[in-house]
Amino acid sequence: MKNLIEVKNIKKNYGKKQAVKGISFNVEEDEILGLLGPNGSGKTTTIGMLLGLLKPTSGQIFINNLKLEENRIEILEMINFISPYIELPKKLTVKQNLYVYSKLYKVKNIKERIEYLSEKLRIGELLNSITGELSSGQKNRVSLAKALVNEPKVLLLDEPTASLDPEVGDFVRTFLEEYKKEKKISILLASHNMNEVTRLCKSVLMMKNGEIIDQGKPEDLITKHGRANLEEVFLKLSRSKSEFN
Amino acid sequence: MSLTRIYGLFLRHFYLITRSFPRILDLVYWPSIQITLWGFISNFFATHTTYYNNAVGVILTCAILYDFLFRTSIGFNMLFLEEIWSRNFTNLFIAPMRIGEILTSLVITALIRSLIGLVPAILLTSPLFGISILDLGIFLFFLFLSLYIFGITLGILVSSGLLRFGPSFENIAWSTMFLLAPFGCIYYPIETLPEIFQKIAYALPLVYIFEEARNILINQTVNIENVYYAFIWNAFYFSLSIALFYYSFNAAKNKGTLINMGE
Repeated sequence: MKNLIEVKNIKKNYGKKQAVKGISFNVEEDEILGLLGPNGSGKTTTIGMLLGLLKPTSGQIFINNLKLEENRIEILEMINFISPYIELPKKLTVKQNLYVYSKLYKVKNIKERIEYLSEKLRIGELLNSITGELSSGQKNRVSLAKALVNEPKVLLLDEPTASLDPEVGDFVRTFLEEYKKEKKISILLASHNMNEVTRLCKSVLMMKNGEIIDQGKPEDLITKHGRANLEEVFLKLSRSKSEFN
Repeated sequence: MSLTRIYGLFLRHFYLITRSFPRILDLVYWPSIQITLWGFISNFFATHTTYYNNAVGVILTCAILYDFLFRTSIGFNMLFLEEIWSRNFTNLFIAPMRIGEILTSLVITALIRSLIGLVPAILLTSPLFGISILDLGIFLFFLFLSLYIFGITLGILVSSGLLRFGPSFENIAWSTMFLLAPFGCIYYPIETLPEIFQKIAYALPLVYIFEEARNILINQTVNIENVYYAFIWNAFYFSLSIALFYYSFNAAKNKGTLINMGE
C-alpha cells in the first residue's frame, strides 16, 4: 500500500520547551491511524504541523509524496480537517458555507458535490438553516461535509465525535468507515474515545510528552500490555512511561 | 493567484453583510452621523471665520475624506477579526489559499464595505448643506485612491499584529487611526503643528492628501506635487505592510499562533 502521510523525525520546540521530540510515522492509503495521548502529549502540535499551520523545528513531512514545506498549496488542496474547536461562520447558512468552501478549494460541479454530501450526511433539510443555530450534532455533520467538500485524499480528525450523543456519534463513525472504504482515503484520528479508536483504527500511536511511546494494532497492544481493552492500555501508558521503554 | 478563491473569500463576507440588516445599518449609520455633525460644525465656522469664507465645504469635505480612510482601515481589520471571532480562522488558513489571495479578497471587500457607508453620506451633503465633494474635480479620484491605499496599508499592518500576537492585539486595531489623526492635518494646515510634529507628518501620505484637498477648495489651484508625494509615501508604507504581513505569517507558524487563534 502507498503511504499518503510520511512523517520523518519531526521536532517542534517552543523556545526551550520541546512539544514534539522527533517522531516518525506513516499512514497508508485506505488506513485510519489513531493518535492517542493525554492532554499536552503533542497530538495537536503534530496535527498543526501536518496542516502547515506550524513549522517543524526539524524533520520532514510528505503528503502523497509531496514535501509539505515546498508544496503547501498543492497539499492543502488534497487534505482537510475537522475539530470541535473550530467552527464555520455562524451567520451564514449551511449552503452558503459549503458553497464558499467549495470555491476556496476550487471544487468543480459544486452543486452536485453539495447534493452528494447532503444526502450522505443527512443535512439536506439543513441547507437553508443558519449554521450558528444548529445543534451540536447537526454542526458536526455540516463540519464533516465541509471537510469532505474537496474530496480529500487525507483527512485529519481531532475529536470528531466529542460532545455528540451516542446515536450521532455512531452515525459519524459508520459514515467515516464507509467513506474511507469507498474512497480509499487516509485518516489520522486523534481521539480520547477508546471505543471509537478500537472500532475505526487499523493501528494506533500512543504519544506522551512529545514522544511516541508505543504503537501497533489495538488488539496487539491490548494483548501486549495484558489489559482488557484499549482504555486500560491508555491509562497504563499515560501513567507510566519508563515501564515500557 | 486564483480568482475563484479570491471570489470565494469575498462571498463569505458578502453573505455575512447581506444576511444581516444591522450590519448594513451599522455601515451606513456612522458615516452619515459623522457627516451630518461635521456639516453643522462646518456651517458654523464658515459664518464665523474668514479662513473658510471662500470654501464653505472645506471641513465637511475633509471629514468625508477622513471617514473614508477610517472606514477602509477599520473595515479591513473587521474582516480579519470576523474570522477570529467566528472561530473560522483555522478553516481559512488550512484552505489552499495563498497570502496574496487572502489579502486581495479582503482589499476588495473592504472597498465595498467603505463605499456602502460613504455613498449615502456623500448624497446627504448636497441637500443638507448645499455642498458637493465633486467640487474637487478629477483630483477627487486621486485623493480617494491615496486614502484607500493608506487605509488598506494600516489594515494590513494591524492584521500582521493580529497574526503575530493573536487576539490580544485587537485593541490596537481600534486605536491606530486615532494615533495617526493628529499628524494627518485633517482639519487644519500643517503649520498648526509644532515643528517636530511637522517632520513626522511629512513622512505620512495623509498630510499631502488633506493639504491638497484644502488647496483645491480654498485656492482653486492644483499642486500636483502633493498628489505625487502622497503616492510615493503610500508605495513605501504599502510595500512595508505586505512584507510585514508575510513576516508575521511565518512568525505565527513558528510560534503556533495560527492554531491557538481565537482562544
